[in-house]
Amino acid sequence: MNVEVLLFYIFSAIAIISGSMVISARNPIHSVLFLVLVFCNAAGLLILLETEFLAMLFLVVYVGAIAVLFLFVVMMLNVRITELNESILRYIPIGGIILLIFLFEILSVINGDLVPFFSSKLFVLDSDYISLNHNLNITFWSNQINPLTNVASLGEVLYTYYVYCFMVASLILLVAMIGAILLTMRKRMNVRKQEIFDQVYGNINSNVRYIN
Amino acid sequence: MIYFIISWILEILIIVVPLLIAVAYFTLAERKVIASIQRRRGPNVVGIWGLLQPLADGLKLLVKESIFPSNSNIIIFVLAPVITFLLSLLGWAVIPFGYTMVLSDLNVGLLYIFAVSSLGVYGILTSGWASNSKYAFLGALRSAAQMVSYEVSIGLIIISVLLCAGSLNLSKIIIAQESIWYIIPLFPVFLMFFISALAETNRAPFDLPEAEAELVAGYNVEYSAMGFALFFLGEYANILMMCALCSVLFLGGWLPPIDIFPFTLIPGPLWFGLKVSFMAFVFIWVRAAYPRYRYDQLMRLGWKVFLPLSLAWVLFVAGILVGFDWYPFY
Repeated sequence: MNVEVLLFYIFSAIAIISGSMVISARNPIHSVLFLVLVFCNAAGLLILLETEFLAMLFLVVYVGAIAVLFLFVVMMLNVRITELNESILRYIPIGGIILLIFLFEILSVINGDLVPFFSSKLFVLDSDYISLNHNLNITFWSNQINPLTNVASLGEVLYTYYVYCFMVASLILLVAMIGAILLTMRKRMNVRKQEIFDQVYGNINSNVRYIN
Repeated sequence: MIYFIISWILEILIIVVPLLIAVAYFTLAERKVIASIQRRRGPNVVGIWGLLQPLADGLKLLVKESIFPSNSNIIIFVLAPVITFLLSLLGWAVIPFGYTMVLSDLNVGLLYIFAVSSLGVYGILTSGWASNSKYAFLGALRSAAQMVSYEVSIGLIIISVLLCAGSLNLSKIIIAQESIWYIIPLFPVFLMFFISALAETNRAPFDLPEAEAELVAGYNVEYSAMGFALFFLGEYANILMMCALCSVLFLGGWLPPIDIFPFTLIPGPLWFGLKVSFMAFVFIWVRAAYPRYRYDQLMRLGWKVFLPLSLAWVLFVAGILVGFDWYPFY
């Protein structure tokens, strides 16, 4: 068992366990911290997929910004632990139906793209794909000639063919920012602010006087 | 296989152990330099010129009793300084000390450092919350908000440098500075980066969240002994990390100033050490020289001054590179 398969199992297992702890932890702070763990493990899985730029972006954006936002909000709310003692059995009927629908969707995606699941054999052996070799290393020779970094490959596509998607995404972020500012800004009448420019630009001879 | 693991562990130790010694003596250097600026002596009792002072401090913190506040979440309370210290050590894995002398030559090295410093917010937030004390909590929230605000401008400044160098790989950024160090064409960017690094590491004059006279020393008020030692070590290792990043991005890393005979006698890692020491000296100098910013002034500086300025610099650098066709060779 080589290192990558082992790391894949470790990252996936911790991600799944942390994900289920997110919804079942009693303390909401523990929920958010488990969510951070899920994101970190997802970043690890992305590194295994050789997309290290996306993995670092996950850490910066999801863990460093979004989960921090969640943590700020949850820390400053006043959640009473007594509200969390509801019975979980109430959610089984509808939750079970949604669970079965999601499971069917995931399995059909796997069936269609990766591994034949709804077929007669349940396990696909390596020998079905490679006849005599026992390792699954495929060499992309065009990548060996002039290897591009992750950033370069993303940049060559994102800003040329998908530039409209990029601009629309930035406009969506702008609208979200304007929305947040609009919802929370209140003009207060008697606020006295510092005028930093006037303070810094003042002339010392006219502002300071020696009193004897 | 065993040889691989042992050589790996040795490589890590050869970075971590001198780093910890450097952090310990950096605390002594700070006290001596601030003392010199304030025309006094600083610690000179414990060894000659006070050189055994960090050992004395370390011993004191080691034998002190660890106090756990009641009703605090013990697991998170203990984990928070561990996370802070761990993250401050992790950033050093991608710093190149000489030509190909780097533990891990990541192609996204700069973004990795940025990610590690973004994760540093968690140590502070969780320590403040887990202390079960309102003062610690408020100090932690302030400190975390300050760190997050200045990270934005650090990110944009990193983009300016990266546009000139053409790669996120730190070794390639240093090699791209062989013609001229980036402090010369990008001097205002260097100043902004330096000030943002001061604010990011909660260092004076931006140390309102953790100064002793404000808010009872902030988020680490409930920590005694090893917890406090880990926070302290983590903060100083972060400071050295920012100094190293300054010297890698702007001062040319391990490159000598001019590539001719007298300067090339000094090996690359020694140049790197000199530059990091100089930046650390400037960090200490700024702490002794300037008064503290009030919190709203600090946030105003981060959002209303540095963010627009660094964004404008990104556009300016990008515009010049495209206009004169000076694209970097990646």
